[in-house]
Amino acid sequence: MIISVASGKGGTGKTTVAANLALSVGSNVQLLDCDVEQPNAHLFIHPVFDHTETVTAPIPEINMDKCTLCGKCGDICVFKAIVVVGETVLPFEELCHSCGGCMAVCPEDAITEKGRELGVLQKGHRNGVEFIHGKLRVGEAMSPPLIKEVLSHADPAKLTIVDAPPGTSCPVIETMKPADFILLVTEPTPFGLHDLKLAVGAARILNIPCGLVINRSDIGDEKVKAYAADENLPILMEIPFDRRIAEAYSRGDIIVDVMPEWKEKFQALYKKIKDLRVVKFRN
Amino acid sequence: MKELVVISGKGGTGKTSIMAAFSSLAENKVLCDADVDAADLHLIMNPNVIRQTDFQSGNTAVINKDQCTECGLCREMCRFNAISADYNVNPIDCEGCGVCVYFCPEKAIDFPVSTCGEWFVSNTRFGPMVHARLGIAEENSGKLVTLVRQEARKLAEAKNLDLILTDGPPGVGCPVIASIGGASVVLIVTEPTVAGIHDMERVAQLASHFKVPAMICVNKFDLNLELTREIEKNAEENEIACLGRIPFDPIFTKAMIQAQTVFEYDGISTAAGAIRGTWQRLTEQLEQ
Repeated sequence: MIISVASGKGGTGKTTVAANLALSVGSNVQLLDCDVEQPNAHLFIHPVFDHTETVTAPIPEINMDKCTLCGKCGDICVFKAIVVVGETVLPFEELCHSCGGCMAVCPEDAITEKGRELGVLQKGHRNGVEFIHGKLRVGEAMSPPLIKEVLSHADPAKLTIVDAPPGTSCPVIETMKPADFILLVTEPTPFGLHDLKLAVGAARILNIPCGLVINRSDIGDEKVKAYAADENLPILMEIPFDRRIAEAYSRGDIIVDVMPEWKEKFQALYKKIKDLRVVKFRN
Repeated sequence: MKELVVISGKGGTGKTSIMAAFSSLAENKVLCDADVDAADLHLIMNPNVIRQTDFQSGNTAVINKDQCTECGLCREMCRFNAISADYNVNPIDCEGCGVCVYFCPEKAIDFPVSTCGEWFVSNTRFGPMVHARLGIAEENSGKLVTLVRQEARKLAEAKNLDLILTDGPPGVGCPVIASIGGASVVLIVTEPTVAGIHDMERVAQLASHFKVPAMICVNKFDLNLELTREIEKNAEENEIACLGRIPFDPIFTKAMIQAQTVFEYDGISTAAGAIRGTWQRLTEQLEQ
């Protein structure tokens, strides 16, 4: 099973929930940190890394010996990532979406592909949890290709917990797509609720069942709960505000290590998700 | 004219709350919400929309079943697995590259422009505001960010206002890159947590990469004094101005629930005082 932990709003506690859940459910579990722009899970899991690889996206390489400057590559490219200027062809590598159009259309076979560095992918383990994350190169605009690469390591024989980025646009959608269940971590505030609605909207578009964790549940108002009731969204866990948790978080400590009573609660959360997964979310 | 962009690296450090508070203090400014895929500033600013425009960007392939002969070339060429076995394009997976459209031997694929969201010009009790809403699961967020910033600039010029206050998104990807290019300065709102520091360093690196000057402030500083001191020391070593420390305070949430800035909720609170001091130092830096 793949559980994606998302939120809409940043800072609600996705990484906290994903990491603690992974460390509470025993072995045969993977944690995939797909917040490749700002991967944080490793700061809490402290995995022993045993593999690092550079991940690239294919971009055009033009053989100027064969090129006739016909301009067809520039014509087909909707992203303006390649253009004939005077006697040369200018690629704008950061704009390339790797669609392969220019290479396919070139009548002289003058275009092959090389790699643009997206970032790195690292694998490791700790306490029976297989850990994989992607770290986007600072300056790289596009995170979805690196996210896809991290997700390709999901092992169908294991429980895979995926830590998603904040927001609701294409990086988050990429992270939600393969999920069997989307766990939405929210906070009971106007910002939390507003962004939660967007995240629920995303889960609905993908037709994936979801449930809520309300973090800092006693600071705020009742509107998230009212919304959940209206939308038949199950509330699977509430984490009251606890300064000890906030301070532990600040140090990079895992809640279930410093407050062991929480391990049972995360195990109960996992059981509820398993029970719910059979009920498809009604559109 | 100057543009200050408030970013963070990590989500949830308090960008929007602090931006809203600055709106209470700054004069002669245009507000800009560049966090287009999870925009929250309007929840405090309560904008009165005077102009709304569709945001159209990119295209999505649509296969015309009447003309399609199911030759399979589109499926073979699509690098994004967006075309199903029964020749339907999934708009969520479609990258809008147009390769299938170009190569279809029957010219059976349409390529309509996508409406990805909307942007707004509004009035608020703190002055004019440009903001936007990106549709759920939509792409082209970088383009919409660029658009709202351009419109904010136009508005500032038209109204002879000399400051744009921009609320930025979290992360370091295309929406953030689009939000900081050409800014006069970025303020990185960080928090004294290992995650906050990790993310702040990445976004500071991004600002440096794009040659935009950066300053920082530490929000929720009292959650970890040791890390607060470490952030301030690193900032000093890297010649990044550290503008202030703001305490963790439930009034941020209480003010948000009332759709008020911290100053409107309790202008004499310690948190309000800390923000006032940070703003004071920020304006001094901006003048330099």
